[in-house]
Amino acid sequence: MDGFGGTILRINLETGDIERTATPPDLARGWMGARGFIAKTLYDEVPRDADPLGPDNLFIMAPGVITGSFAPCGSKIGFGCISPATNGHADSNMGGMLGAEVKYAGYDMVIFERVSAEPVYLVIDDENVEIRPAGDYWGMGSLDLEKRMKEDLGEDFQIATIGPAGENGVVFSCITHDFGRQAGRCGVGAVMGSKKVKAIAVRGTRSLPVRDLPALTKSTYDIIQRTKTHPLMEPWQKYGTALFVGWANEHGCFPTKNFQTTFHEHWESISGERLAEEVLVTHKACFGCWMNCGKYSVAKIPGKPDTYVEGPEYETIALCGGSCGMKDIHHVAYANWLCDNLGLDTMSAGNTIGFAMECYEKGIITKEDLDGHELKWGDIDDFENVVRMIAERRGIGEALSYGTKGAAERLGRGTLAFASQAKGMEFSGYDTRWYWAQLLSYCTADIGAHHNRSWAITADVQIGQDTWKGKAPVVIYLQHIRPLFDTWCCCRLFWGELDVTPEEHVDTIHHLTGWDVTMEECMLVSEKIWNLTRAHYLERNGGPGRKFDVAPARHLDEPIPDGPAEGHKVGRENFERMLDDYYYNRGWDHEGHPTREVLDILGLPDVADNLESVGLLGEPIEGGVPKVRGERLKPKAM
Amino acid sequence: MKIKVKKENCTGCRLCQQICAITRFGEINPKKASIAIVPHFPEPGIFEPKLCTQCGVCFKECPEGAIHKEGDAYVIHEDECTNCGVCVEACPFDVMFTHAEVPTPIMCNLCQKCTEVCNTGALTLVE
Repeated sequence: MDGFGGTILRINLETGDIERTATPPDLARGWMGARGFIAKTLYDEVPRDADPLGPDNLFIMAPGVITGSFAPCGSKIGFGCISPATNGHADSNMGGMLGAEVKYAGYDMVIFERVSAEPVYLVIDDENVEIRPAGDYWGMGSLDLEKRMKEDLGEDFQIATIGPAGENGVVFSCITHDFGRQAGRCGVGAVMGSKKVKAIAVRGTRSLPVRDLPALTKSTYDIIQRTKTHPLMEPWQKYGTALFVGWANEHGCFPTKNFQTTFHEHWESISGERLAEEVLVTHKACFGCWMNCGKYSVAKIPGKPDTYVEGPEYETIALCGGSCGMKDIHHVAYANWLCDNLGLDTMSAGNTIGFAMECYEKGIITKEDLDGHELKWGDIDDFENVVRMIAERRGIGEALSYGTKGAAERLGRGTLAFASQAKGMEFSGYDTRWYWAQLLSYCTADIGAHHNRSWAITADVQIGQDTWKGKAPVVIYLQHIRPLFDTWCCCRLFWGELDVTPEEHVDTIHHLTGWDVTMEECMLVSEKIWNLTRAHYLERNGGPGRKFDVAPARHLDEPIPDGPAEGHKVGRENFERMLDDYYYNRGWDHEGHPTREVLDILGLPDVADNLESVGLLGEPIEGGVPKVRGERLKPKAM
Repeated sequence: MKIKVKKENCTGCRLCQQICAITRFGEINPKKASIAIVPHFPEPGIFEPKLCTQCGVCFKECPEGAIHKEGDAYVIHEDECTNCGVCVEACPFDVMFTHAEVPTPIMCNLCQKCTEVCNTGALTLVE
């Protein structure tokens, strides 16, 4: 099948059985890979009462239709499972080199079932697949292990690892690859660890079948030549995502001291410019990308070893930096390395540690909880102490290992009010009190508060801030188009930053597969996945759905105390209006339950039956059959 | 005419390998490229592109006389090559590549396509 590896690999970790099946063409066309394959497989196969860290959950690795092809940055690969952070559908993806390697080995999805009796790692060497004992790999840091495995297996293997946090079930554990690329969110590393899989090593030497290589080559070649001179090419190459630190501060959305405020007075000392001046070692690209937004850095701090890591990215700077009150780019880079090697998502870890710092400031967490250490804003030694406690789930680290929501439930004392999370997953690095569409994005996202589902900050600016009106349709549009890139598995930055149109990506898919595919079809696939993961969440967690789409009190009630966004807040009434508008425009009911009318249009009648059988199928609001689908609200967005 | 390698500019994106294999074999398969990108990570954290320098050692060592100079580049004549591997062993820069599906070693023929897609100045054409 053109454009695909051709094989789905299913590995039973309990029995050691390895099964290969041909990738079904209707799965490929109907779900397009990665996020789509993962959503469909999880929905069809995981029992609704399965413990996310138990044997009945699945752990899935899947590239997408564009991965590994000569298309603009076809680097991505998705990882999926039921999330231990949200108890819902999870998919998280990474760039780097792994996705392409999996396709060249001939695979479109690798499904891990059950739990291994002993720690293992998986080696995929083209058609040869082997489960091997992990031995002393178990317990190693993610980055340390990748180095070791490159020495043991060879440089030409691409390797994904988990760190101690993933072994220990910290719910925001990540999967690391290429010395600093992560599938960071949703706790996919914890589920990999629960299966006792320490690492996956892949080498693929086959050619990817393509329907029309000359057309594909010409298309990409032309896009390369056109974008080389794009005005945003140079800043992205120089600073990567960190260039956004200044903008976020100037626009009052930079999380500072656990989102207490949105402007960091020391932002210039942790900016992209400072990164380039002080810690940058080399610019680093993902597979097939000529924008090289990856920054590989070294942190040099007196009394600590020099540490090399890819990053810090904007999100890491915002959450390990701003939200923890850091003032030194070396400290942020060191925090980045700590999280990476321990196997923790820098976003949720930074957010959670900022939350813990505020608890310490308020006297809710004390030195006794911290092995005698303090937990002061901006103190890298305190950060190191607590992040290690989290990875080991020791002392206060046990409560914090559940993220801000889980920690707040254990700590009590009103801490949930300043836990910046939705559905149990921490906010990305954008405050929302002046960016209401972003708050709606976080709170309605299927996987929890992750900006990759919908990054609506610039849409908020375009539509007008301090209003609920007009926000819901844009959020829905973004929730369809942005995750589409995680389904196709190419980087969305060429669209968001370099004006490569979605239609050009669709043309690429046409050249790759021969499908007579349109953007309209792709958006329908994305909306189908969105409704499926919503249904899956409801079937697992019960109803009413609205009770899960809630915003933290801080972001509703507390005006921003200072900075460019001083005085702004969302307010509960405004949030509820946005939510009403959101459900209406999705064609769901007032409680956020999908309706048969919508599910039928999307080709999911069986899902409507399932929802009906558990009393969670909605009746559409009058006049509220989806209006957004097909319309092209195209805000400039990342 | 030669291709100049400036390794400190390489970001490891592998576009050069992709266009190389596409141009030579009409296939998407960087493993069939005549360029290597050797990453040196985690330390010191640099990429090392390795590409034929047209030094001619392979030409001198080939026992079959299958390597010929054509213009600025040495090229292997497939019908004369026995895939004995002498040139691969002799290459002082480890830039004679092999792939199980390709009947001869794979070497750069100076088609220059890699320099056209490289966006960082790691690979440039010099007279």
